[in-house]
Amino acid sequence: MNVYVLVKRVPDTESKIRIDHEKNAIIEEGLNFILGPYDEYGVEEALRIKEAHGGKVTVISVGTDETKVILKKCLAMGADEAVLIKDESPETYDGFRTAKILEAAFKNKFTDYDLLLFGKQSVGADNMQIPAMVAELLDLPQVSVITKLEIQDREGIAHREIEGAVEKVKFTLPAVLSAQKGLNEPRYETLKGIMMAKRKEIPVVNLQDLGIDETRLSPQVELVKLDSPPERKAGKVVEGEPEETAKKLVEFLQKEAKVI
Amino acid sequence: MIFVFIEEREQKIKKASLESLSEANRLAKELNTNVEAVMAGHNLEPLAKDVLGYGPSKVYLLENTLLQKYSASGFSSAISSLVEEIHPDIILLAATAMGKDLAPRLAAKLGVGMATDCTETRVQNGKFAVVRPIFAGKAFATFTFNSTPQIASLRPNVFPLEEVGNEQGTVVKKEVVLSEEKILAPVDEIIREEGTALDITEADIIVSGGRGMKGPENFDLLKDISDLLPHAAVGASRSAVDSGWIDHQHQVGQTGKTVSPNLYIALGISGAIQHVAGMSSSKFIVAVNKDPDAPIFKIADFGVVGDLFQVVPHLKEELKKSKSD
Repeated sequence: MNVYVLVKRVPDTESKIRIDHEKNAIIEEGLNFILGPYDEYGVEEALRIKEAHGGKVTVISVGTDETKVILKKCLAMGADEAVLIKDESPETYDGFRTAKILEAAFKNKFTDYDLLLFGKQSVGADNMQIPAMVAELLDLPQVSVITKLEIQDREGIAHREIEGAVEKVKFTLPAVLSAQKGLNEPRYETLKGIMMAKRKEIPVVNLQDLGIDETRLSPQVELVKLDSPPERKAGKVVEGEPEETAKKLVEFLQKEAKVI
Repeated sequence: MIFVFIEEREQKIKKASLESLSEANRLAKELNTNVEAVMAGHNLEPLAKDVLGYGPSKVYLLENTLLQKYSASGFSSAISSLVEEIHPDIILLAATAMGKDLAPRLAAKLGVGMATDCTETRVQNGKFAVVRPIFAGKAFATFTFNSTPQIASLRPNVFPLEEVGNEQGTVVKKEVVLSEEKILAPVDEIIREEGTALDITEADIIVSGGRGMKGPENFDLLKDISDLLPHAAVGASRSAVDSGWIDHQHQVGQTGKTVSPNLYIALGISGAIQHVAGMSSSKFIVAVNKDPDAPIFKIADFGVVGDLFQVVPHLKEELKKSKSD
């Protein structure tokens, strides 16, 4: 089984996000970049599928040369191959643009896929668009936000998280899936894995190699402005006997928040 | 024309869809246009009247037994055919689990980009614009669109509901041409755990616990509090979830859910940056923490410095008292 995992390089979740208002962009200086947390569940699931059914795990990312660091991590976790689709353009926040790049990649170059695994979203653009868009462009079944997966031959069953419940979805391969927290517990890289990953070459594919007409890639959503969230002011803080402070809290809920 | 997708689950209309419809009405006034709605599924007619109460001039019903069970492929096929016939300028969907699954597939089918999980819509220099949180709310981005239809999904629990009252719109039944091969990965079954409460993204009040809860057994205490409050659900911080004290469905923050309830009660939560990102748009924030320097107090409207295991039992009693008053 050929499993492809699509990953993104993102700032870690402890990062404070600063804005360069002149350039209308996030200030990347000083940020610590990591493999997307949801992508990690995707990589882990792919490795488990390979362990159970055999085959090959290939990790692909669209980005700049700096992205190689997270691809090395995926190799160290146990992926067989990693490929960088080089795209130098700054973040557009247009998921459809990346989806079209991946469409070309899977139609023209990596045509041997059985399963495409994504994280349910990047932690950054927070678009949650690309898996469903790629599924549409390749005419494949999609199951997004999955917390459980079983594959038998060419059939799969996945559990997908919805509001207060779970949807059980049946699908046939090839398919597109996106991973949610809870799907698995990602493994740590082993020392042996890290050593092997160091030696491994990461092939670079350019957009031209994929036969993409770049005029098709102009962003369809236009970032007009970036703002910091409105600042919240600290309110009243009380200390003292628990009985008293609890009473004051309820008073706040009644008189200020007016929820009871 | 502004076109709104109305989601139905188990013969009930999602409140978030009516919120989107209410927002569409406000936008339509500004853009001097009209609003139409669409539903897809099976046996939808009994629900259409409720939708008309929110003022659309038409409700299209896309009915087919193949749409009885949700699939992004089936629903997007049916809706895109209608879109290509009636050419709306804007399509709005609620950013629910279904909306977030369906909207990008629909957008790709129509060959356009889209904006996910928006918290504000506006008209800017005559153009439709949306604001959406990025980095789970650490920044807000304003977007306009370079393609039509302009598709945006709207975050639940953010846009106020506004019933119009006069049901003058018409119900239009549309024949849907679909073949079984077009239905990829339909939902086979919905599994609902017994007594599963409200999802945190839909709750008006969230009672949330963090590392200070010390163990899984203490989350019952939060459940007791949430049971005493209207339309409330139990939330948790990442450390509580990663410790295995509560399921990740309850997690608030950057690798959990971003929520905007009316009231957020943070118990034993220090206020790490990734957590705050996911809840700082709550209308009111209340915190109990024994560390007076905990960052949560910098954003809380009301804070109690103290041991939550002493404060919360009294809180429970006070809430019970206020209920019986």
